[in-house]
This record gives sequence, C-alpha cells and structure tokens, in this order.
Amino acid sequence: MFMLEKAIVGGRKYWVWIGILLAVIAVAFGVYLRQLNYGLGLTGMSRNISWGLYIGQFTFMVGVAASAVMVVLPYYLHNHKEFSRMTILGEFLAVSAVTMCLLFIFVDMGQPMRVFNVILYPQPHSIMFWDMISLSGYLLLNATITYFTLRAEQQDVHYPHWLKYIILLSIPWAISIHTITGFLYAGLPGRLAWRTAIMAPRFLASAFAAGPALLILLCLLLRQQTGYNVGEKAINGLSVIVTYAMVINVFFIAMEFFTAMYSRVPGLTEDFQDLYLGSVRTSLLPWGRTSLVLMAAALVFLLVPRLRHNEKGLAVACVLVFSSLWVDKGLCMVVGGFIPSPLGAITRYVPTLPEMTITLGIWAVGALMVTVFYKIALSVEIAKELSYVPAYEFARTGGAVGLHAHSSSAVAGPGSGMAGRANEEVSGKGGDE
Amino acid sequence: MKITRKEFLKISGACLVALSGKKALAVLDSGANRQASSSTGKVRKQLGMVVDTRKCAKAQGCTKCIDACVQAHNIPSFPNPAHQIKWIWERPFGDLFSSYETQYLEPSLKDQSTPVLCNHCDNPPCVRVCPTAATWKREEDGIVMMDWHRCIGCRYCMAACPYGARSFNWVDPRPHIENLNPNFPTRTKGVVEKCTFCSERLAAGQLPACVEACPERALIFGDVNDPKSEIGQLLAKSYTLRRRPELGTGPNIYYLV
Repeated sequence: MFMLEKAIVGGRKYWVWIGILLAVIAVAFGVYLRQLNYGLGLTGMSRNISWGLYIGQFTFMVGVAASAVMVVLPYYLHNHKEFSRMTILGEFLAVSAVTMCLLFIFVDMGQPMRVFNVILYPQPHSIMFWDMISLSGYLLLNATITYFTLRAEQQDVHYPHWLKYIILLSIPWAISIHTITGFLYAGLPGRLAWRTAIMAPRFLASAFAAGPALLILLCLLLRQQTGYNVGEKAINGLSVIVTYAMVINVFFIAMEFFTAMYSRVPGLTEDFQDLYLGSVRTSLLPWGRTSLVLMAAALVFLLVPRLRHNEKGLAVACVLVFSSLWVDKGLCMVVGGFIPSPLGAITRYVPTLPEMTITLGIWAVGALMVTVFYKIALSVEIAKELSYVPAYEFARTGGAVGLHAHSSSAVAGPGSGMAGRANEEVSGKGGDE
Repeated sequence: MKITRKEFLKISGACLVALSGKKALAVLDSGANRQASSSTGKVRKQLGMVVDTRKCAKAQGCTKCIDACVQAHNIPSFPNPAHQIKWIWERPFGDLFSSYETQYLEPSLKDQSTPVLCNHCDNPPCVRVCPTAATWKREEDGIVMMDWHRCIGCRYCMAACPYGARSFNWVDPRPHIENLNPNFPTRTKGVVEKCTFCSERLAAGQLPACVEACPERALIFGDVNDPKSEIGQLLAKSYTLRRRPELGTGPNIYYLV
C-alpha cells in the first residue's frame, strides 16, 4: 500500500529517530488540545498583534514547498540530468512542507471545527480562498507525481504518459502558491509594511534560497547517513541557484530600504526602524538584526568561490541562508506588519512556550514525513541499482509520448538512478536551453 | 455548422474565462458600487455617525457611551490588555489623527479623549478578505455585520482593518461578563467581534446604545446619504475629519472638530 511497507524496515538509528519525532509530536498534540480547550490566549498573540509565529511559519513553509520547482524546472524543462537523483527528494520535501503549511493554518484558527465553512461558503474575493485552492492543489499535484514516478521506478517502467502534463502544471503552480501567499499581505490597505508590489517577488526570491539550501543540507545528510549520493554536480548546480536567489533577495530588501528611507514617508520607514534601526524599542529588534547579520554572513560564504566549492563551507552557507530567512520571514515579516497598530501602539510580542511547542510539533511532523518519504525513495533506488547491470541507453524519443514500457528506463550505471524519468523530455520540443 | 467536442470545449472555456474576468474586474474596481447606485438614480442608504468632539470635550472623563455599549452587548472585561474586547472605546485625539495634528497643538486638545469605533466603511477591507462571508456589508443600510456562528477565527479581517476596530476572543469571554444582558447573545472563544451600530436596537426602532447614552448629545447618528437628515445637514454645513480617508475605504464615522 503506497509502498509504505518500505518505511517499516530500518536499523536501530532509524527507529530511534522516528521514536524521538513521534514523542515530540505527542507532546505537541497534548499542548494543542490544551490550546483548543483554553483558546488562542495560550499564545503570545494579542489584540494588536493578531498573527504571530504560526502564520509566520506558514508563510516560510509555503516558500520551502514552492522551491521544489527549482529542481523540477531545470530537470524537466531543460533536461538538466544532474538533478535526476534529486528531483524526487525535492518533490517529497514539497509534499511535507505543504502539509506543514496546512497544519500551521489549522492550529492558528480560533474555530478549527468550522474549517469547512471555507468550502461551504466560498468567497472568491478573499485571497485566503485562493490560497486554500492553490495550496491543496499543490499538495495533490506533488503527491500524485511522487507516487506515480516512484511506482514506475519500482516496476521498472516509464511513468504513465499523462503524468507529464501534471508535472508541467506543477511548475507554474509552485510559483502561484507563493505569489498568492504574497497577495495575502500585499493587498491590505492599512498595513504599509506589507503593501508593496515586490512582496510576492521577495517571497519567491527568499523561497528559492531557503528551500534549495534545505535540500542541499538534506542531501549531504543522506549521503553521510546512508551513502546515497545525489552527485557533486547536482549539489553544485543547486548551490548556484541558492546563491542567485539569496543575492536577489537581499537586493529586494535593499530596494525596500531605499524607497522607505529616502522618501522618509513615516508609514514606510517605521517597519525598518522597528526591525533594524532601533529608534523605537520593539521586541523584534534583536531578531531583525540577527537576521541581517546572518544574511550578510551567508552572502560571504556563497559568493567566495573557495568557500562555496568546499563542502563544509557550503553546508555552513546553507545553514546561514536557511536560518536568516527563517527569522526574517517566519517571524519578523508578519509581526512587523502589526507594529505600530492602527492607533499607534507599539505592542510586544513574544511567543509563549505552548506556542513554541506546537510549532516544534509541526516541524516534527514535517521531519517525520521527510524521513519516511526519503526512506521509501531510497529503498526503491537502491533495490534498483543492485538489480541492474550497467544497461543500454536508448535514443531519445524527442517528445514522443506513450508508455514505452522499458524503452526509456535507461540506466547508465549505478550512478544515475531515477531512470524512468531521466531520459525523456517532458516538453515536446526538448533540448537544453 | 458542425462543432466538434474539442471546439465546443474551447469556445465554452473562452466564454468562462471572459465571464470570470469581468467578475474579477468588478471586484478590483472599487468605484463600481458607487456608479451602480448612481446610475439607478437612487442613492443607497448608509448609516453613519458624527462625533462632535467639542461637545465631547465638555464632559472629559465621561465614559457613558462605552458603559452603555458594554452593558448592551455583554462585552467582557479583561485586565490583560492583549485580550481586551472593544466595540467603542476612547483614545487621545492625536492617536486618531496623527497626520492632522501639529506640533503646536495644546496637550489638552491633543490628548482629548475621543470615541473610536468601527467605521462601517463603504469599501470595507475586512469584508473583502473574509473567506466565509462571516462579516458582510448589509445592503439596506450599509452596516458591516458579523455572524459569530460562521466565523472560523482566522483573524484575516483584523489584519485587514486599518482602524483596529476588531477584537478577537482569545479565551472564553463568558466568565468575564460583569452584568449579563439576557437579551443579547454572548460569544464563544475563537471568534472576531466588533460594533454593529446596534443592529438589534435599530430593528426595534431605537437608536444605538452609545448615541442614546451620551449626555452631551455629541454622537449624531443617521443616514449620511440623506441630505434632509440631521446628520446629512450637519455634514453639509461643517468641516469634518475622517480617519485615514486616503486608503479609499470610505469610513462613515465623521469627527467634528
């Protein structure tokens, strides 16, 4: 059933890790029941700061989910074969991240048992309605893609022909989930810190830095723990993407900074004063500054070739990228929009212990999903590599469609897995661009 | 003429796109409503309020409007400001109109406490963002209403409101109600609430509780679109301020200074 049987075979280390995650989830679930019973007053949120850590983490995870497109797009549209062993890992990461998004929304709701009102009384003029459609659609797309490609892999056939249309659709869909999440904020008249046309582009840039950075770290971890190697070229390719995206992200922040600080319009400058300058003392100031320092350090590690090409240096860079954006987007962006309040109040927001425990629990759910999914993917891969002798390479069919049973499952050797999908162009015209 | 299935699907698809495009444009065009009402020749009723701050200043320290509202609507009192529920409350004048005040304004004027409440906007952003229509603009009188049984507690409306007029029940409010009014519903934890211009009293032919309670008659209530009403005449004859009108929300609380 869904190849889950592969996830229940594992060594001691595997089970200890699963056990830890389950324990964290259990504790967090207990705390959530308390929140359900007592109300959201258990969190640090207030009348003036009515969204906090939950919605911040939701926004950040939408980015991680969307970033799967950074491996899917080069691989399927540009036939970038180096990513063949990494694509399924990216897609599984997306499935886990979207699930986390939905959980973060759910725990933030005051009346979660009424969640289906969103479907019973759909309101197309609400961006939240579209966000729900795009997120659940993205989850469905990626669940379908991962399931059918992996099953095809396991049965050593090419994935069903219709799936390529689903894969193609998933590419603009990934962009859409983060664009619509940007619209959630950018479309509000009274919150000047959010009401900027580059909100969605900024979201995408930071997503394409943080998501692939996490994927690099996961790939390095996989190699260390299991010996499964996605290949040096894949890691290098992804690190170039992280570098560009991070530079663009910092460039966008600089654009916002200039527009606000040079025009000196109070509504615009306030956000930067709260987060970085400290002319007004807010609880966000240390976080804003931490994020800036981490971003600067990340840029150094990414832009100096000697550091990025060194695997340890790259790992440090990825940790810096991920953590700086986690603070920037997962906390400062959302809370900063609420300071000052419409009546000029500066309110303190500090997440409470229960709030942090529930957040940690959702992260544990994500980690559990990634662990189980990667375990399944690797079992299929490794079984395949063991059973194969270096095989035949078929001429590319150049966009011909259909179920060519074995014809396209070319494996060049144990080094290049993901055979079924590796050899056929998704786009009709094909070719590297 | 023969239409194949493929062509039929193409044509109907294009029609659907065109139709939804028109709908989307209507949503995006904030002026559409106003034009629609003027083209029929009949101006839509819009309830609003004038706050006469000069009369209000005569009774500084008076909180009768707030007390009446609290009593009428079972509003809980929380010591923790983070959890407070406010339908009508008071703030220094300078906080309401920070872009109007000058550095030379006397503290007594700047700090004069002024009533704050929901603006029942012409284009309410809270209504636009609500994913379940738990808050909506009532056709017949322009009140921005709330359905506490449909609200899912996502608090998107609180982020959208440029006036801070909405409150969320962070915990169960019932134990914190001082004097229970059995004629008005209490709320549950996890829903948003705000001023509804006392829609329940209007239905019974009464004025809003705050308007009735004001000893100085500083709150003038009525249809702002009716030039013959008291409020219509007042608005025609005197300069008034509205909070953040530049946002295009069309607030309907006017401050006479």
